[in-house]
Amino acid sequence: MLRLESLTKTYKTGDKALQSVDLEVPEGQVLALIGPSGAGKSTLIRCINRLVEPTSGKVWLGETELTTLNQRALRRARRRMGMIFQEYALVERLTVMENVLSGRLGYVGFWRSLTRRYPQSDVDEAFRLLDRVGLLAMADKRADELSGGQRQRVGICRALIQNPELLLVDEPTASLDPKTSRQIMRLICELCDERGLAAIINIHDVALAQMFVQRVIGLRTGAMEFDGAPEKLTPEVLTAIYGEEDWEATIRKVEEEGEEVAAQ
Amino acid sequence: MTTFAEGTLHTHRELDDMLGQRWRKPRFIKRPWLRWALGIGFIVYMIAAVLTVEVNWARVYEGLDRGAQFVLAFTSPDFTSRGGDIWDGMVESIIMTVAASVVGIAISIPIGLGAARNIAPLPVYLICRGIVAISRALQEIIVAILLVAIFGFGPLAGFLTLSFATIGFLSKLLAEDIEAMDRVQAEAIKASGASWMQWINYGVQPQVMPRLIGLSMYRIDINFRESAILGLVGAGGIGATLNTAFDRYEYDTAAAILILIIVIVMALEYLSGMIRARVQ
Repeated sequence: MLRLESLTKTYKTGDKALQSVDLEVPEGQVLALIGPSGAGKSTLIRCINRLVEPTSGKVWLGETELTTLNQRALRRARRRMGMIFQEYALVERLTVMENVLSGRLGYVGFWRSLTRRYPQSDVDEAFRLLDRVGLLAMADKRADELSGGQRQRVGICRALIQNPELLLVDEPTASLDPKTSRQIMRLICELCDERGLAAIINIHDVALAQMFVQRVIGLRTGAMEFDGAPEKLTPEVLTAIYGEEDWEATIRKVEEEGEEVAAQ
Repeated sequence: MTTFAEGTLHTHRELDDMLGQRWRKPRFIKRPWLRWALGIGFIVYMIAAVLTVEVNWARVYEGLDRGAQFVLAFTSPDFTSRGGDIWDGMVESIIMTVAASVVGIAISIPIGLGAARNIAPLPVYLICRGIVAISRALQEIIVAILLVAIFGFGPLAGFLTLSFATIGFLSKLLAEDIEAMDRVQAEAIKASGASWMQWINYGVQPQVMPRLIGLSMYRIDINFRESAILGLVGAGGIGATLNTAFDRYEYDTAAAILILIIVIVMALEYLSGMIRARVQ
């Protein structure tokens, strides 16, 4: 469904953020992208929807090759990819509803979006999504009145209302407390499951990633270091990705937490 | 536990040297002779500069009398004897202010967008920054003198001057606010497949709107005050009435006009404060 062919990004500063990454994501697969800060996780995700222009390589979304699209075609392609951001990236001075409906901007004309007169089907879908994440009552609140977890839920609605085939998720839990982090991860994975969406989730927290995803990719200095099931993340693998550290505690913690979640 | 102890042992000697040493914030200018030379040089220059200003004390003594008259006029401002002129001047000034502000702000917004490096392509950026630079380089009075020469005496020249000055002021500050906006919020809108106009409307506008409104109110305030000055060079408005009053030594009428200007500026200040508080 999504295929990266030797995707490379070299920034103007000479930093090689991505070094010829090949990756194939089948339909409906949720995968986690782990790796140290600066490994190129964010760049990888942003090169897919071209918020960052890749230097070379190809990105296939279904039958469409994204890196050569012109502006208009790129906008159409972006509708098929929902994005969820670190620190939520809601437009703070807009209401929750405006933020959710902004996910439809690729579909509605300028005049409709300017006057906030969205088609009834879009409005209904926005209400349905807000209800699904438990924020229906907040529809007319301003985004900056919400708590972190609530904001990220709005961010999820904004991505899903695009009716995407793929979710690009950039550190969804980076600024959330441990409990909210899990709830958000669970919500994302549940929604992907319900809708048969593929997702790439950048995540710092290895334990959290192991808890929820089917496949883990390890990135180090812009190159793929690991690709496999979450159970295969051994101390050796983590050392290869992050460098030397005592990993036993991390892995043990995962197992305990896993049980705790199962008990809930 | 042992690893920590080893860690401290490593830095032990270096730390030992530093313990008991005085610590002061590092000086901005490190070389002491340069620091002192600059300081003393500045003071000497200041004294010399003040000494070169010639003061004709005899003239000051004469002038004190006229100054006192002028100040005393504020105790008996005369609103009535030139009431008609004052009213006409005020109306003209207000029309000039409102028209120039509306036109100036309307033109400033696209130029402000173009002058923001993070959203405009380089050629557009350079052109818009050029317009801003020209508008800011030419002081209002100079523009007014030029425009009075072209369009003749009257409020048209004043209106055009203030519109022109508004562009330089508002575009620059709007552009700077856009450049300081949160990039990720705008990026999120872009990622949904929004067009450029939609992106500006959803991703940029909400972020800069409070500042745009605040600056516009401030500019209306400035434009009104400027309209009083522009009259002095013949560009219409209350300034023309004020100038005439001075020429005729009618200090009580002049005082009345100044009081009115002060009241209106204060009212505008209060109004803009209220509006800004509401749109945060």
